[in-house]
Order: sequence, then C-alpha cells, then structure tokens
Amino acid sequence: MEVKVNFISEEKLNGLTMEEKLEFILKEVKKGQILVLERGLTAEEQAKLIEMTMKKVNDKFAGIEMESYMAEKQNFWQKLFGKSRARMTIVGPADKLKTIYKDKEVIKAVIVSGR
Amino acid sequence: MGIFDKLSGWLLSIFGKRQVKIGIYGPPNAGKTTLANRIAMDWAGTIVGEVSEIPHETRKIQKKDRIVIKDGKASLTIDLVDTPGIATKIDYHDFLEYGLTEEEAKKRAKEATEGVIEAIKWLDNLDGVILLMDSTKNPFTQVNITILGNLEARELPFIIAANKIDLNGSTPATLKSAFPKHEVVPISALNGINMDLLYEAMLRKFRKKRK
Repeated sequence: MEVKVNFISEEKLNGLTMEEKLEFILKEVKKGQILVLERGLTAEEQAKLIEMTMKKVNDKFAGIEMESYMAEKQNFWQKLFGKSRARMTIVGPADKLKTIYKDKEVIKAVIVSGR
Repeated sequence: MGIFDKLSGWLLSIFGKRQVKIGIYGPPNAGKTTLANRIAMDWAGTIVGEVSEIPHETRKIQKKDRIVIKDGKASLTIDLVDTPGIATKIDYHDFLEYGLTEEEAKKRAKEATEGVIEAIKWLDNLDGVILLMDSTKNPFTQVNITILGNLEARELPFIIAANKIDLNGSTPATLKSAFPKHEVVPISALNGINMDLLYEAMLRKFRKKRK
C-alpha cells in the first residue's frame, strides 16, 4: 500500500494563521498523508491540533500520531519575542504512523497499512 | 460569593494561605483519579471519582473543592480538578478488548474525545498542575511533551509526579533525567508511597503567588 510522506517547508506554512495551518495539517492527515514539518509546532499549536483532531474522530478516523522533539532552548530574544517551538514535528494518521521509540534526540517510527 | 467566602478569602490573603485550583493532568491510565482520590481521602475523607483499568474511565472533569493540605504551620486550600486523560488518538476498537460491546465502545470513545477537549480548555482556568506520568513507561511521549510545553508557555507552576513506583519496571530516575529542569516526585498514588513528599512539594510550589 502506498503512503505519501510530505516534507513541508517552513515557508509553506509561514503565511498562515494558526487555525489555517492546523486545518491544512489535519486535512492532509485525514487524506492518509504523513507530514514532516520543517518548522515544528509550538506547544499551543500542538494542543490546539489535538483539540481539533478530537472533534473529527469517528469510526473511520481514530486520530493522529504526532511526534516532535522537546522545545529548543530559547535565548534571551526568543524568550522575549517568540514562543517555545519544537525543532521538528511529524504528524500522520494514527492507523498508519506508529512511534516505536523516542528519546530526547531520536524518534523512530514505522509506517504501516491501516487497520 | 457569600459573606463567608469573602471573609475567608480576605483572611487567606492576609495570612498568605491561598485557595488555588490545581489540575491533575497526564495521559490515560497514568493514575490521575487514583491520585485525586488519595489526596481527597487524605485531607477530606471522600473520593473524587471511580477508577478502572479501562482507559478513559474519566471522561468529564471531576472536582473536589476546598481541600486543606497542611504541613506543620503551613497550609494550602485547593480546589482539586481531576481531568480526563489527554490523547492524540482514540480508537473504539481498543475498548472492545476490555469486553465492551461495540455500542458501548463507540459511546466511550465519543465521550473520551469530548473529555480531551475539556481537559485542554481547563488549562486556562488553573493556578497549578500536577503532571502525572507513569514511571513504568517512556516519558518522552507526545502527550507529556505537549502538556509540559503548554504549562511552560502559560508559566503555570507545576510538579511532575512519577507514579506507580510500586510496580516492577518502574524507573523514576529516567523521568528525573528526562526533565532535569523540573521537580519530579516519585510516588505510588495507589499505595500512598511518598505522598508526604508530594504534599510538601505542593505547599512549596503552589502557595507562591504567580507573577
């Protein structure tokens, strides 16, 4: 079974509002695609994505598998102006993407065919 | 708010004993309701909710107000908020393995999704959080990382409690090394192990006025 993995550049999502960005991610994931986001989601975006996912869970869509490294260490200016952001985020449908190992520096995942 | 509430609030502000809303957060089956029951039983003599080995037993926020925790002269009045487990996926098939009918499993899954949303929304109403992790499992899950990131972003005071230290395979030291910047208290909510350490940490962490 063919599974698409899309590598999404920072520029692709930069101009979008949080809602637009998360709608885009969820729409792609619901189509069965796995996304690797060059610029990871903030903690708030991750929580919002979980909320939006829960609203869409049904008999055929069980939700998402999302993995990101812990937020990068922030310097003074990032703390002042920015939000804590994961270094990279990978997100896909829960029935296709399975995390098999994770620690601070390594994420190991497998892509499987759906249930 | 009644006169008594106003008066007690005024007295608390004078004597530095605050009333705070403390949420218990974590993934499903970390033992959140068991911990809420332990705290409520220790200090108020009642339980907060039912526990079960089936994931997502708690699907709505459960509260127990005005629990007074004491340590010597120090005390803290908390409204304890037991939250549904946060998950990125809820598959009704998983509940069938526990003997639920398909109809029951689907209903439970639907309620569980609503519970996750409610739990996330409640983060905006709290003064502090106990982030409960299962010390027999890998701490680097996305749910743990997302909750932790949101607590940091909101600058909410929180304690990580490494639960289930009574079980074989428990490695609270792994949790401590995973989150070196944060206070980690190893406990067994079920057996009451180290609850004195948790209460001490709660008094220390949650009595401070937030910036």
